[in-house]
Amino acid sequence: MINDYVLPKTVEDALAALKQGNAKLIAGGTDLMLDLKSCKAAADTLVDINGIKELKGIKESDGNIIIGAGTTHQEVAESFLIQEKAVVLAKASGSVGSLQIRNTATVVGNIVNAQPAADAAVALVALGAEAEIVDKEGTIYQPVENLYAGLAKCKVDSSCQIITAVRFPALFSNQGSAYVRLAKRGALALPMLCVAVAASLKDGKIEWVRIVMAPVSTKPLRALEAEELLKDKEPSEEVILEASKKAAAMADPRDSKLRGSRAYRSSVLVNLVKRGITEAIKNARQ
Amino acid sequence: MNKKTLTMVVNGKTVEKMVEPGDTLLDVLREELGLKGVKKGCGKGECGACTIIMNGKAVNSCIVPAMQAVGAEIQTIEGLSNGNGLHPLQQTFIDCGAIQCGFCTPGMIMSSKALLDKNLKPTKEEIKQALAGNVCRCTGFVKIEEAVEKAAEILKNGK
Repeated sequence: MINDYVLPKTVEDALAALKQGNAKLIAGGTDLMLDLKSCKAAADTLVDINGIKELKGIKESDGNIIIGAGTTHQEVAESFLIQEKAVVLAKASGSVGSLQIRNTATVVGNIVNAQPAADAAVALVALGAEAEIVDKEGTIYQPVENLYAGLAKCKVDSSCQIITAVRFPALFSNQGSAYVRLAKRGALALPMLCVAVAASLKDGKIEWVRIVMAPVSTKPLRALEAEELLKDKEPSEEVILEASKKAAAMADPRDSKLRGSRAYRSSVLVNLVKRGITEAIKNARQ
Repeated sequence: MNKKTLTMVVNGKTVEKMVEPGDTLLDVLREELGLKGVKKGCGKGECGACTIIMNGKAVNSCIVPAMQAVGAEIQTIEGLSNGNGLHPLQQTFIDCGAIQCGFCTPGMIMSSKALLDKNLKPTKEEIKQALAGNVCRCTGFVKIEEAVEKAAEILKNGK
């Protein structure tokens, strides 16, 4: 039962408000409101971060793109900066729910909620993003991919810690990214599979690549062996296919009434990864 | 339980209500302000029947906490007609046969208005994107798209 609703103006005030009893942070609330209603989550007090100005918006600083915790998916999807220097995230955020959901739900909420298929979180892992985490001890930075403590469990405790922002290096002109998503229909549909890729080219070869697949594990899954295979290689169709097969072999999709059978998803994943790598490389060359 | 003061502008008028901290905006609009044009459908942010415009953006009022509307400007279907006639979107929905049972209509129209407030020359794709979060089980959507196109035309010429 919610007994109080607090709208702090600063991060310090938000942390102080969290200390009072069983309090939880709320940003967009598109997941939390449902979880509270179905008793999957409980809180006496909601601490709403939408009044904290410093947590709003997207900026570029010293080669990093920084997205505040109060920034919605639609703001990210429409941002020219993100479209130009991290298109994988623009596409991922643009495919979340419906426009009404994207107008309220936040990118950082995708991390805290820790669903393995949360589109923006999958893209953030491909971009090598870090979360800025603030609590009474101070501020620390943690890679987003290390914040998963199990299915739908985030290591960040939203009853005493705040992710204030995510940051990642803006992609240079020799780097590119891509997001590939398979769903039952083109809008307002959960992903059956999604693949996020970021790649860097140097002298015609792949300098590095990050390949992330979901939902095929309890967290967005890096295809590390495939990434290693592609390193320092010229991106030929053959080597991309070989890497895609290696990536798909690492995945462990479940049979799901919502997302399709394990057999189907395992088989189609090869093509999705291949498409993701190919598009990211094309994007890097543009 | 401590009731909280919620002050917001609804359809151009400032209103102040005491609300429960856990109320949704939909609860307040329907039950406190009597705006029954805001429909409760799925209650999960999936059907779009409860769509309203909050600070210029279409949102699902069924999952927005009421207290997030502090200081906000809210538009509901009730605010569209000026009393002397229907809003062009309301008229074209009727003219195009974009209404059957009518339950989704207020949400459809508010999503359409949020689009047309920013873009009076939307493409079919843009209309579909803007309405992707609104489900209609009667009309098959094509007539709704036509109604939005027609309303855009009227609003454009009227400007």
